[in-house]
Amino acid sequence: MNEFMLIFRHEDGNKVASPEQIQVWMKQTMDWIGGIAAQNKFVEGNGLPFADARVVRPHNVVTNGPFGEIKETIGGYIIVKADSVEEAVEFAKGCPVLQGDGNSVEVRRVDRH
Amino acid sequence: MKQPELIPHLFRTEFRKITAVLCKVFGFEHLETAEDLASETFLSAMETWPYKGIPENPTAWLYLVAKNKAKNYLQRHHLFTTKIAGQLQPDASGNETPDIDLSDKNITDSQLQMMFAICHPAISTEAQIGLALRILCGFGITEIADAFLTNKEVINKRLFRAREKLREEKVQLELPGESDIKKRLDTVLTTLYLLFNEGYYSESQDAVLREDLCLEAMRLTYLLIENEVTNQPEVNALFALMCFHASRFEARKSENGEIILYQDQDESLWNEELIAKGAWHLHQASGGDKKLSRYHLEASIAWWNTRKEDSPEKWEHILQLYNRLLQMVWSPVAALNRTYALSKANGKAAAIAAAAQLQLTDNHYYYVLLGELYTGIDNDRAKGHLQKALLLARTETDKRTIRAALSRL
Repeated sequence: MNEFMLIFRHEDGNKVASPEQIQVWMKQTMDWIGGIAAQNKFVEGNGLPFADARVVRPHNVVTNGPFGEIKETIGGYIIVKADSVEEAVEFAKGCPVLQGDGNSVEVRRVDRH
Repeated sequence: MKQPELIPHLFRTEFRKITAVLCKVFGFEHLETAEDLASETFLSAMETWPYKGIPENPTAWLYLVAKNKAKNYLQRHHLFTTKIAGQLQPDASGNETPDIDLSDKNITDSQLQMMFAICHPAISTEAQIGLALRILCGFGITEIADAFLTNKEVINKRLFRAREKLREEKVQLELPGESDIKKRLDTVLTTLYLLFNEGYYSESQDAVLREDLCLEAMRLTYLLIENEVTNQPEVNALFALMCFHASRFEARKSENGEIILYQDQDESLWNEELIAKGAWHLHQASGGDKKLSRYHLEASIAWWNTRKEDSPEKWEHILQLYNRLLQMVWSPVAALNRTYALSKANGKAAAIAAAAQLQLTDNHYYYVLLGELYTGIDNDRAKGHLQKALLLARTETDKRTIRAALSRL
C-alpha cells in the first residue's frame, strides 16, 4: 500500500475568520480525519499555523510569511494510506478546505526510502 | 475465615509475594525454583494445618516455612556448587546463605521488579499475560486455561517456553534505568490493559473468575501508582479507565449471570465510589505537559459513558475523542464505536456513509451497527443486516441480543 500526502492550499491566508467559524471548520476537519482513521488509512497529519512563518530567499533575504506576496498558502497536510492515487483523491474530495472556492487539495505520493 | 477457604485465599495473596522475594534471592533465571518452593510451602500448610490446627498468624507461618525451605535449598545448592561444580569452577558463588527478607517493603519492591521482568518485549503478549497471572496474581494453571478458553497443557507449555526465553535474554529482577523505563513501562501497561480486558470482555462463562482478572489488573496498576518512579500520567489514566469500567460490574450482570448491555443497565447499580476514584486519577493524569496517551483518551470516553444522559454535548465529546484515538491506534471496536457516536452527533445519514467505508464484513458488530443505523430509515435493510449479524455471532449472549433487536423491528 502506498502513502499519499494531501496538502491543503488556501487562496488567501489574510482573510480573518470568526472564532465560531474556525470552530466549525475544526470540527469538520476532525470528523473528516476521524473518518479516514476509522478506515485504518490515516498515517499522520499537521496543521501549519500562519504565526512564525518565514520565507527564505537567495542572498539571505528573509520575509515574514508567504502572505501578500503569493496568492496561495499551505494550511496543513495529512498523510494517508491508499492503494492508488484514485483512492487518495476520494479521501481528498471530503476535505472541508474545499468549501472555499479558490482553495485546493494537492495529492502527492510519498516516496519513502 | 474457615480452613477450606483460608488456604486458597492465602494462596492468592501470598504465593506471588513469596515467589517474588525468593526469586529476588535466587536470581531471575531460577524463577521456576522460586515458584516450586512457594508451592511446596502451601503444600506443607495443607498437610499440617488440618491436624495441628490453623496457626495464630497463618501468613507469618507461611513466611517462616518458605524461608526454611529456601535456606535448605540454598544449602543443598551450595553443597552442589562447592563440591561438584566447584571443581570445575573454583570461584563458584554462594558461600553464605543470604538473608531472605519478607518485609512489606521488599515484597512490594520485588513484585514491581517482577512486573517489569515478566512484561518483557522478548516474549509474546499472551505469554506475558499468562506469566503475570501465574506469578503476579497467584492464579492456578486451570484458572489461566479457563480464562484463555484453552487447556492446561497449552498453558503449561506456553509458560515453560516464556520462562526459557526470559532466561536466554538474561532478564534481571530490577527496575529498568531512567532512560529505559518509559519504553518498558509501555509494555507493562499494555499487558495490564489486556489483562483487564481479558476479564472484562472474556467469553468465559465464569463471572467470578472474570471479575478477579479485572481486580488483579487494577491491583497491579495501583502498585505502579504507589511507586514514585512509575507513577506516570499514563499509569493514572489507565487506572482511571479501569475504575470507570469496573464501576459497572454489578449493573452488567443479570441474576443468572448474563451480560446486560450498557443501554439496558440500571444505573443506580453503577458504583459511584469507583467513578469518583477514576475521576480523581484522570485528573492526576492530566497534570504536566506530557503527550496524551491512548489511555487518556479511552478513560475520557469511559468517563462520558458513566453519564447516561443522551445530550448532543456528550456525543460530540465522545466523537472527537474517538477521532483522536483512531489516529493514535486503530481497532475495529473503536472504528465501530466512533461511527455510532457520529450517528448521535452528526445524524444517521453521515454515519451510514461512514459505515459503508469501514467494510468490516467479518465482524458481527459491524452488521449490528448497520442494523441500528438503518432502523427507522429502512427497516427491511436493517433486518437484512441483523440477520447477517446473527449468522456471524459466536456467543449465545450476542445471538440473544441480535434476536431481540430483530423482534423489535
